[in-house]
Amino acid sequence: MRILKMKPDFLKEFLMGLEGFGALYGPKRQSGILKYAPIESYDELVLDGENTLLPLKRLFHPMRFDMFRFDSRGFEADYSIFEKRVIIGVHPCEIHGILKLDEVFLVHPPDPYYAGLRKNSAIIGFSCLPAENALCRSTGTDIVAEGFDLFFVDLTDFYLVWVGSSFGYDMILEKEDFFDENVTHEDIQIYIEWREKRNRMFKKSFNFRDMPDIIELSYKSEIWDYFGKKCLSCGQCTMVCPTCNCYNVTDVLDLATETSGRRERMWDSCMFADYSLVAGGHNFRHARADRLKLWYTHKLKAFAHKYGSPACVGCGRCVETCPVDINVLTVSEALTSCEVPEE
Amino acid sequence: MSLSEQIENPFLPEPARIVRQYDLIKDHRFFQIRFIDMNRAMSFDYVPGQFAMLSIPGVGEAPFSISSTPSRPGILEMGIRRTGNLTRALFKKKDNDIVYLRGPYGNGFKIEPMVERDIIIVAGGLGVIPLRSILYFVLDNRDQFDELYFLYGARNPNEFLFKNEFFQIKAREDIDCLYSVDKDTTGDWTENTGVVTSLFQKLPKIDPQTTTAVVCGPPIMYKFVIKELLKLKIPKNMIQMTLERRMKCGVGKCGHCALDHIYTCIDGPIFTYWDTLHFRELI
Repeated sequence: MRILKMKPDFLKEFLMGLEGFGALYGPKRQSGILKYAPIESYDELVLDGENTLLPLKRLFHPMRFDMFRFDSRGFEADYSIFEKRVIIGVHPCEIHGILKLDEVFLVHPPDPYYAGLRKNSAIIGFSCLPAENALCRSTGTDIVAEGFDLFFVDLTDFYLVWVGSSFGYDMILEKEDFFDENVTHEDIQIYIEWREKRNRMFKKSFNFRDMPDIIELSYKSEIWDYFGKKCLSCGQCTMVCPTCNCYNVTDVLDLATETSGRRERMWDSCMFADYSLVAGGHNFRHARADRLKLWYTHKLKAFAHKYGSPACVGCGRCVETCPVDINVLTVSEALTSCEVPEE
Repeated sequence: MSLSEQIENPFLPEPARIVRQYDLIKDHRFFQIRFIDMNRAMSFDYVPGQFAMLSIPGVGEAPFSISSTPSRPGILEMGIRRTGNLTRALFKKKDNDIVYLRGPYGNGFKIEPMVERDIIIVAGGLGVIPLRSILYFVLDNRDQFDELYFLYGARNPNEFLFKNEFFQIKAREDIDCLYSVDKDTTGDWTENTGVVTSLFQKLPKIDPQTTTAVVCGPPIMYKFVIKELLKLKIPKNMIQMTLERRMKCGVGKCGHCALDHIYTCIDGPIFTYWDTLHFRELI
């Protein structure tokens, strides 16, 4: 992979100059909440490593959108969500999250909505320093080798810029003068020191490699009942998780008609009571403990079984978000130690 | 917009006509449906045990098992119980009304392990609807298979589905049909009375080395039927069953039918008894 150097002074002009490649998106604070949103000026961009409340998936697997319009003549696909975009400031864990969603949405038959959003979006990654609850070193997602067009590593005096695609290289060519191909021994040393410093900053860690076996062995564990009793079924863990892909589909009629309307897709959560409810009233996962077990089994065991690595990317959002302290860390620790957390 | 040119959309429902419909029993109706596009009607190829997603615009979409056999192409048959919003709306449809279909989905029954072997089909209640597909598939290709036993139990004679058809088949000599009702509420029931498992006593001697079983019924039934099949020493991986789950997409994207690392919609809905021992939540 091509790696170039860039002086921080050029960053603003370079990023804002990418508008020709698509509408600029990035982490931006709105009403106090950091979210991926369209960027109008460089000052709005928050590139300091803070996590957005909702992960990058919301730009590829939108919270709600219209799949089809229908009327008496039938269904017509609605692709109005497609837009050429350049998404700036994406952390490694987020890129890993999207690569994991690719495994689900792009496998045959590809989901045309996800695939269309993916195809029309460029990803400009940015390095970050570990947040309070970051677990990405434990999940092996603290660095990233693919899934971006450009990736900027902030080494204070300069950026190292990884070129991940030919599209990314086209962006470089726009402002060729900003970049320096001459990466010196000294630069490499600075990068290694940065990596070591970053590695030392993680406050939390866990050995997730053992979790598939432990979850399999803990199928009948009363630990699930303990968490099931605490869980509020609010579904926030699934909303903030970069790799949760479940959705529901409903038809909405236009006002004052019986024939025309839209078929909507929106996020669903396996924590919700009606998630596995079928017509006739049978609920395959009536108990909260069963629904929690499904989530953690899927995240830490089943996904790994199918795709080679667990679905958790260690972003720490569930640790921050769950109101009753149920998250990848507390559940994994409880299952591993066979002890429930102290109140 | 050029961004969306030539996109294959697996979620796009295609229009189909209800060519005929009639009540099987109370709240259970039989639908014959044909794609409006004549080429599509003939090219819609499937395997017994697969399902399709049926839509009514403005009401929604849900999975239904296909009850017809691919050996009789052109028209899809479904037996449907009125039980939710979509089926309530479907029951208001008349002959020649349009519904929307996409599919077929799921793995379907494995036919290969049945070829040149004996087959026991065990159906309980509504479970006979998907099994009707494999039943007719075997009958339509009768020379490919050896002995055929069809065991079907309903709650009472008024809930016995496809009564005319199934009693007509009973007269054939190349199939052994054993029917039962839990309770004879009519007084004119001529067949066995008792739960479906009581029919196993009436089977002739079975050679487990050459026998395959297919099962579908309410969740409670599996435990008892499988016990009987295991008593006959039929191998666990030679017992196929079809299972139900909530589904929104049919193609492994929406997550609802997930369990462990499998999706019921693509890895199922047909599983063997051996599978259910590994995936503990299947039945």
